[in-house]
Amino acid sequence: MSERVAVRKTYKLFIGGKFPRSESGRSYLVQDSNVSLASRKDARDAVIAARAAVRGWAGATAYNRGQILYRVAEMLEGRREQFVALGVPGDEVDAATDRWVWYAGWSDKLPQVYGGANPVAGPYFNLSAPEPTGVVAVVAPEAPALLGLVSVIAPAIVSGNTVVVSASPAAPLAAVTLAEVLATSDLPGGVVNILTGRHAETVPTLAAHMDVNAIDLTGVTDPELAADLEVKAAENLKRVLRPADHDWSGDPGLGRMTWLLETKTVWHPKGV
Amino acid sequence: MTATATSARSDLSELGRSETALRAFLHGLPGVDQVGAEQRAAQLGTRSIKTTAKAQAIDLAIRMVDLTTLEGADTPGKVRALAAKALRPDPADPSCPHVGAVCVYPSMVPYAAEVLRATGPGRPSDGPGPGSATGRPSDGSEPAGGAAPTGLGGVHLASVATAFPSGQAPLEVKLADTRAAVEAGADEIDMVINRGAFLAGRYGEVYDEIVAIKDACGGADAGRQGRPRAHLKVILETGELATYDNVRRASWLAMLAGGDFIKTSTGKVPVAATLPVTLVMLEAVRDFRAATGRQVGVKPAGGIRTTKDAIKYLVMVNETVGPDWLDPDWFRFGASSLLNDLLMQRTKLKTGVYAGPDYFTLD
Amino acid sequence: MFEYAPAPESRSVVDIKPSYGLFVDGTFVDPTDGGSFKSINPASEEVLAEIAEGGSQDVDRAVRAARKAYEQVWGPMPGRDRAKYLYRIARIIQERSRELAVLESLDNGKPIKESRDVDLPLVAAHFFYYAGWADKLGYAGFGPDPKPLGVAAQVIPWNFPLLMLAWKIAPALATGNTVVLKPAETTPLTALLFAEICQQADLPAGVVNIVTGAGETGRALVEHPGVDKIAFTGSTEVGRAIARAVAGSRKKLTLELGGKAANIVFDDAPVDQAVEGIVNGIFFNQGHVCCAGSRLLVQESVAETVLESLKRRMARLRVGDPLDKNTDIGAINSAAQLARIRELTDAGAAEGAQQWSPPCELPERGFWFAPTIFTGVTQAHRIAREEIFGPVLSVLTFRTPAEAVEKANNTPYGLSAGIWTEKGSRILWMADRLRAGVVWANTFNKFDPTSPFGGYKESGYGREGGRHGLEAYLNV
Repeated sequence: MSERVAVRKTYKLFIGGKFPRSESGRSYLVQDSNVSLASRKDARDAVIAARAAVRGWAGATAYNRGQILYRVAEMLEGRREQFVALGVPGDEVDAATDRWVWYAGWSDKLPQVYGGANPVAGPYFNLSAPEPTGVVAVVAPEAPALLGLVSVIAPAIVSGNTVVVSASPAAPLAAVTLAEVLATSDLPGGVVNILTGRHAETVPTLAAHMDVNAIDLTGVTDPELAADLEVKAAENLKRVLRPADHDWSGDPGLGRMTWLLETKTVWHPKGV
Repeated sequence: MTATATSARSDLSELGRSETALRAFLHGLPGVDQVGAEQRAAQLGTRSIKTTAKAQAIDLAIRMVDLTTLEGADTPGKVRALAAKALRPDPADPSCPHVGAVCVYPSMVPYAAEVLRATGPGRPSDGPGPGSATGRPSDGSEPAGGAAPTGLGGVHLASVATAFPSGQAPLEVKLADTRAAVEAGADEIDMVINRGAFLAGRYGEVYDEIVAIKDACGGADAGRQGRPRAHLKVILETGELATYDNVRRASWLAMLAGGDFIKTSTGKVPVAATLPVTLVMLEAVRDFRAATGRQVGVKPAGGIRTTKDAIKYLVMVNETVGPDWLDPDWFRFGASSLLNDLLMQRTKLKTGVYAGPDYFTLD
Repeated sequence: MFEYAPAPESRSVVDIKPSYGLFVDGTFVDPTDGGSFKSINPASEEVLAEIAEGGSQDVDRAVRAARKAYEQVWGPMPGRDRAKYLYRIARIIQERSRELAVLESLDNGKPIKESRDVDLPLVAAHFFYYAGWADKLGYAGFGPDPKPLGVAAQVIPWNFPLLMLAWKIAPALATGNTVVLKPAETTPLTALLFAEICQQADLPAGVVNIVTGAGETGRALVEHPGVDKIAFTGSTEVGRAIARAVAGSRKKLTLELGGKAANIVFDDAPVDQAVEGIVNGIFFNQGHVCCAGSRLLVQESVAETVLESLKRRMARLRVGDPLDKNTDIGAINSAAQLARIRELTDAGAAEGAQQWSPPCELPERGFWFAPTIFTGVTQAHRIAREEIFGPVLSVLTFRTPAEAVEKANNTPYGLSAGIWTEKGSRILWMADRLRAGVVWANTFNKFDPTSPFGGYKESGYGREGGRHGLEAYLNV
């Protein structure tokens, strides 16, 4: 009696809700698996997918976005063991799940906390409300592989942004597995796009891309690369979040959500 | 916005035949944003009119005054004095122009006419004579035996008819009121529209009444001579219309029905003429002329007491409808105390010394 | 014809000195290398004063003074005391507002009507508003005890010299920062008078430093390593350069840059007010307004009527002496800006758009440009894409609301937009879709200290005004 031969998983990119291989046909060996090595063209495709998803996602009701983020938490909870098998500590998976729950609740509260009526000195109705900035490029932190990733994706998408994430090059399996969670969570295709491979290959493309509105450099560890990316980002005045040390276990605060918001203020006269 | 949208002349004369058409038309006029209109009026109010421009404006404003007394206590004596002042506002200064008109109740018309007519034609007059070539479009030959305005020394004689100020009387009474005033010598009739009917949306009723009064402006000869002897000023009583949208609609309704002037107020309700209301009415006469080719005058009345106020109105006329309306034939002030302030300011400009009320007649 | 006689505001209310030094550490000082430039009256080309040109050593001196004041005085000072200084400044501005207004009109070329009725009231209101925040920062939604950043470098433009100063200095001081501000080289005078007001208010030395100069001075300031925060208002080009310059640093940056706003007029608009809004949108301040409604998008069905009314209204605009109280449009701020406007309008004509201006007599001396509209403009024309920053309106048409949104958003800018329609639900539908930081519905170019202002996309980032305006100066 021979033992059953296991079915191995192929780890691919996550673009527009689908799992394509890199158009370059390349992969690299990491965490004992072959993982797609994303190219500049993959980055470009991911931006196109992210841009296409903005209208529907930003236009969805906050209630709807909140339910979908909560659904992600539900799916993640169910796949806990899968992440543990990849080497993610169980309490990190729990913390990541809880983080989705925390952000899910913000979708319909952030505009109330961050916007409001302004008492202008005149006969006008004047209201400021936050809106998503659009397409966000995210360099995921090296570690923790899952909690760090969730902690940069969730605050970006909860308000209606869409993201192109460059996953941790050294630990991409959690990212690809999270993509599988997202793909089964009613999250519209294109809202989250995940590239695996080398930051140095795809992120400069994202930083320079004129149809990307913001870039989160959290996972960039090389200060020179960070500065270079910031210079590239200046070309279309992307909003930039610089690298910084993070305690991913603490209270995330509002900052990771608010830096990706545009405040729109609407005036209208009051008269009969 | 059909009416204003076209620079080509439109025939709007059929509108009055159908309540539905009239309603559709009036409700199709562009809206007025209250805040925007009031800001525009306030901006125009910040114009600084000094020296020669001020002197010019004061004389023009004097010529535009409808010197008014509309009190229950009016007597022949009071009205005669008022008419005398209309002819010669500043007895000390012969260069001072006469006012545009005297405005009184119908019962007082004969007394005013007596004074104004006694002066006869050929009195010094700064303004173009009424019925002059540049004057009103509906004026042609004056009916024989009528109260020819030229017989009034250049000063018109206006009378508030139609059960002024409420307008709450049967149509027959209003018509009789109008005819009586015309017969007694009034060459301008200031009527009030039926605000109740207007606010209730019965535009046809308001329209028909204006048409009937316009007809009665021909006096006893109405319908026979075919030519009105008096001009019709239609008072919208804007203080009761509540919104500028209503002011615009009422302005158009009055013009469509044949009004020669549209006038803001009776002066008998708390809110009388204001700059923004006048702005909306000026825009209406401007658009009406663009649409039909017919020019209609505007008369703010009530609450205009100072030279400063009057000049703000003149600036507004100048910058909204232009010089075509800067003439007593097309713009009037319904006022009483305004005249003395104009005279004081006029004297100040001439002498450089501030004047005092004791030096100007009270009437 | 009713001709308005000249009604000039008296310029004797303001005393302009022959020369001005830099305002550093509470006193006026000469620049290290003794350089200077002239500030002229753009309406007459008359020299108003000789202005010190700050070099890198001067910038360094100012930043050090600001740092010292931050560490020793202003940072540790309780919010309630900072508030009182700001209230004092607000009051002095109100008291001296006529003087400031006249000086602003002389140096900038804007009509006295605007400096008197718009700029100065807003300046005072801005200080008054932020004064109140100084001791309430814990309630602003940035945590119980939000901290200032330190020394703020602020570079402001010439279109609203004193108002932009207020937008920068009031929130910076309220939150506990100290500032080094560089006014535009063509309009330094009201900032220097403001320095005197700081002295009059007994504001501690070094809290506000004013370093005059041109681009190089600004560059030295922005690049100074002792600066914690940079706030810039000006062109997108310079904003981009600053964003590059701060790359890799810890300096917090907010930018308020250019715009190419669409002013959208539907067929059911309140047409007379819409025409006023169009005029105010593009001719206010000679069109030197980053949020100017420089693209008129008018629904085809009413395009002819609206244009007819607009032309009639434009014919009433009074162009001339900025100090005349009846002037609607003053002088273009500088020869360079006039050249820029001419270049773009020439391009508009060359590209086949039809140019129209009302007949108007322009003064012989000074920098002038008649109010101008271009019809027959398409999205492809340079005058529909580039910021002209002058009294020039490009007119385009649209057929449906969706097309209006598409055209309005079809620009790298995203500062402001206007909507004119009597239909409420359409306003909200449009407002949701317009990618712009400020949307004026049935009004235009309205400002208030409580109302956040700032752009999407290449119009910059960060907000000025309101509670949001505090964030740019707090370590959050």
